[in-house]
Amino acid sequence: MSSERTLRGRVAIVGIGETAYYKHGQSPDAEFKLALKATLAACKDAGLDPREIDGFASYSNDRTDPSRLAAALGTKQLRSTTMQWGGGGGGNCAAVANGAAAVASGLADCVIAFRALAQGQYGRFGQSPTAATISGDMAWQAPYGVLSPGQKFAMKARRFMHDHGVKQEALRAIAMASYEHAQRNPRAVMHGKPLTESKYDDSRWIVEPFHLFDCCMENDGAAAVLMVPAERAKDFPNRPVYIVGAAMGSDSRAGAVPHNAPRYASSSFTTVAPDMYRMAGVSAKDVGVVQSYENFTGGVLMALAEHGFFHPDEANEFLQLPHLLAPNGRLPLNTSGGNLAECYMHGFELVLEAVRQVRGTSTAQAPRNDLALVIGGPMVTPVSNLLLGSEAVL
Amino acid sequence: MNETRTYLPAGLPIPVPEPDGLSAPYWNGLRENRLLVQRCGGCGGWQFGPEWICHRCHRFDPEWVEVAPRGRIYSWERAWHPVHACLKDHGPYLVVVVELPHAGHVRMLGNLLGDPRQEVVIGAEVEGVFEHHAQANPPYSLMQWRIA
Repeated sequence: MSSERTLRGRVAIVGIGETAYYKHGQSPDAEFKLALKATLAACKDAGLDPREIDGFASYSNDRTDPSRLAAALGTKQLRSTTMQWGGGGGGNCAAVANGAAAVASGLADCVIAFRALAQGQYGRFGQSPTAATISGDMAWQAPYGVLSPGQKFAMKARRFMHDHGVKQEALRAIAMASYEHAQRNPRAVMHGKPLTESKYDDSRWIVEPFHLFDCCMENDGAAAVLMVPAERAKDFPNRPVYIVGAAMGSDSRAGAVPHNAPRYASSSFTTVAPDMYRMAGVSAKDVGVVQSYENFTGGVLMALAEHGFFHPDEANEFLQLPHLLAPNGRLPLNTSGGNLAECYMHGFELVLEAVRQVRGTSTAQAPRNDLALVIGGPMVTPVSNLLLGSEAVL
Repeated sequence: MNETRTYLPAGLPIPVPEPDGLSAPYWNGLRENRLLVQRCGGCGGWQFGPEWICHRCHRFDPEWVEVAPRGRIYSWERAWHPVHACLKDHGPYLVVVVELPHAGHVRMLGNLLGDPRQEVVIGAEVEGVFEHHAQANPPYSLMQWRIA
């Protein structure tokens, strides 16, 4: 094996699995049971005995303990267990990369990366805790009514829109792309509930510049992918999907509170996107389809710019609905419906959709599907991204 | 500002220093109508929020210095959806990120006092208003802002 330090082409995703997706609080199953169901579904998709799993990877302080999972499933042994630091969905791609790194380095042979959420059984993200006192990062914000993720991030998007003359219509196009694709996806929570321009424009403000439809849903469910060494990829029934590039982290002092990151109007991908492209050996023009985590549409706006799909000053021209739709758009975006309209599985549903795109099995299939990009939760730190590809690009 | 009238209703979390006391000088300063931020005694670098080390020269325990409570609006938001029980039926409110050019361009948050539906302009000059919550338990003070 080459001594080059890379994940490029070393690991393949051979199985994907998910539960039914529910509105928050409506899962009939316990959160741990959801994780088990997604894991078993990924194994079934790959035709692999779940007892062969020897590693688990997750993010955002997922409550599903890997040792409990291994015990519940009766796996033969447990090897790698990795948790990506940081909140929000910034770690969705990093969880895959960390699991893949375990496989590539020989720490494990068969790793599940996953996310499970049952917000009815635990707290919701969009509602403030009711503690009487607060300290640390939130002490600088909560007394001013800056409590929810939307309220924490709206001012980054506002500044970016101010600096680059981005109009509200650009955010609307991002929201409508997700909803449009969800109408073709029967798994999507918003399937059968299309979004029109006037419905968007008339929707209430959550926090300016975000309307209701600029904000992600909150859902219950679980999703998982199964990874093995690339050498084993063809032992499984599905078209192998390889990890071509991955990166995680954030720019210098992105974590300086309160709102003191030197590069404030940013999705946190200014260093992470170049890292990923460098590992993959490709650039933005080679990417055929993108899943970009919509916590809020403003994050997608900045993340796409920082991944080189358009110059920030050209956002209004690029972010028009026809450009973002499969199959004929320049850059099909969030082709399953994403966090806005398929399911808010903390962005892990985006990883599964990128796998489907490379396999050619999406309900909104992009014609250029040899390289499918996933962008994790923008504006938090650390963030992460993942470029998946077919054998043709290796 | 009248002590019995605050920009947002009572009931939001009360800011208190961390168990290690890192930000205690800031919160104590506000109670005395003094705005304090960190400035390194070694390299002169400004720093806010506080940390135990200067991020520029790595000297520990940056000093706290008083700065004039004035600055300009770096970004803003108008929040409409109430995510806390005490904000229900309150209506929209304005939050601003204010940068302090005379203190190394450090930034801090605050509410923009006045009409919550006013037009907000990035770059506008603002001046600080100390808002005292003397009846709260524990009592605390906030740095608020109004158009200068």
